[in-house]
Amino acid sequence: MTLTRFIKPTLLALAAASLTAAAHAAPLKVDAAKSSVNATFKQLNVPVDAKFKKFTATIDFDAAKPSEGKASVEIDVTSFDLGEAEYNKEVQKKEWFNTAQFPKASFVATSIKPAAGGKFDVSGKLTIKGKSADVSFPLTVKKEGATQVFDGVLPIKRLTYNIGEGEWKDTGMVADEVSIKFHIVAQ
Amino acid sequence: MERYTKPAVLLHWLIALLIISAFGLGLTMVDIPGLTPTKLKYFSWHKWIGVTVLALACLRLLWRLTHKAPAYPAHMPQWQQSAAHWLHLGLYALIFAIPVSGYFYSLSAGVPVVYLGVLPLPVLMAPNPELKPLLKELHYLLNMTMLAAFVLHVLAALKHQFIDRDNILRRMLP
Repeated sequence: MTLTRFIKPTLLALAAASLTAAAHAAPLKVDAAKSSVNATFKQLNVPVDAKFKKFTATIDFDAAKPSEGKASVEIDVTSFDLGEAEYNKEVQKKEWFNTAQFPKASFVATSIKPAAGGKFDVSGKLTIKGKSADVSFPLTVKKEGATQVFDGVLPIKRLTYNIGEGEWKDTGMVADEVSIKFHIVAQ
Repeated sequence: MERYTKPAVLLHWLIALLIISAFGLGLTMVDIPGLTPTKLKYFSWHKWIGVTVLALACLRLLWRLTHKAPAYPAHMPQWQQSAAHWLHLGLYALIFAIPVSGYFYSLSAGVPVVYLGVLPLPVLMAPNPELKPLLKELHYLLNMTMLAAFVLHVLAALKHQFIDRDNILRRMLP
C-alpha cells in the first residue's frame, strides 16, 4: 500500500517531467568564440569599452514560443578586460567588483515577451557584486540557418550594484550609466 | 633690433608654457600607482593640453610661413647659425609629432580624446593592442628628444644673453 502510494505520484511526476521536456527543445549550444559581453562606460565623458572575456550563457529559445524561452548568463567578473593589465587588476579590488568575495555576476530572465518590430521584451534579475536588481531590455533575435543570434543592450547604473565605492562614487569622474552590450550566437 | 612679431612672441611663450605643464603632468600621472580619480583627471588634462599645443602649433606654423623671422645676428659664426636653424626646425617638428603620437597612443589604447570633456575628437584608429606599446615608446622617446632640444635651446639663449651679450633674447620677449 505504501509502495503504490509512493510509486503512483512518482510515475505521474516523471510522466509530467518528460512531457515538459518534450515540449522544450534542449538548451541551445552557445558558440563562446563568436559571443561577447561588453560594458561601455564614460570616464570624464570619454567612452571606454571593456569586455568580459569569460561567461556562460544558457539559452532555450524558440521565437515561435518566446514566453516559454529561458535564458541565463553567468559572468566571470575576474575576466573583465579594460585593455590594460594594471587597470584590470585594480577593478578586481573591493571598491570596484570585489571579485574576491563576488567572482560571478549573473542574469536570469524571468519573462520574454514578443514586442513590436520583431523584437522581444526581456525582464529578469541582474546580480553583480552580490546586489540584485530587476532589469528589462529589448532583445533582437536573428535566425541564420540553424543558428540564432541574440543581441541587446542593457542599460544599468553602476551605483545600484555598488560598483565604484568611496571616492569613485563621484559620477563626474566615471558616469553612473553603463551599457552592457551582449551578442550571443547559439545553435 | 628687429623683433619677432607680437603673435609669434605670444605663440612661442604660450606653447612653451603648455608644453612644460603637459610634460610635468605626464611624468606625474604615470608615476601614480594603480587607479585613482586624480590619475584619470591628470590623463585627461594632459591630453587636452596636448591637443591645444597641436592646434597652436598649426597656427604658429602658418604664421611663421607667412611672416619672416628676424635674421640671425651677423656676428654669429656660420656653424652656429645652421645649428640654431636646425634646432628650431627640430623643435617645430616635435611640437607636432609629440601631440600626434600621444593622440594615436590614446586611440590605440581604446580611449578617444574628448576635448575639455565636451568635444569628442575624431577616432582615426581602432584600438590596437599591438601598436599600443610602440606608440607609447615613441611618445616617450620624442619627449626625451624634446627635453634635450629644449635644454640646448635654453642654454643657447642664456649664452647669447650672458656670454655674447648680444641681447637677441629681447627679440622674443613680450
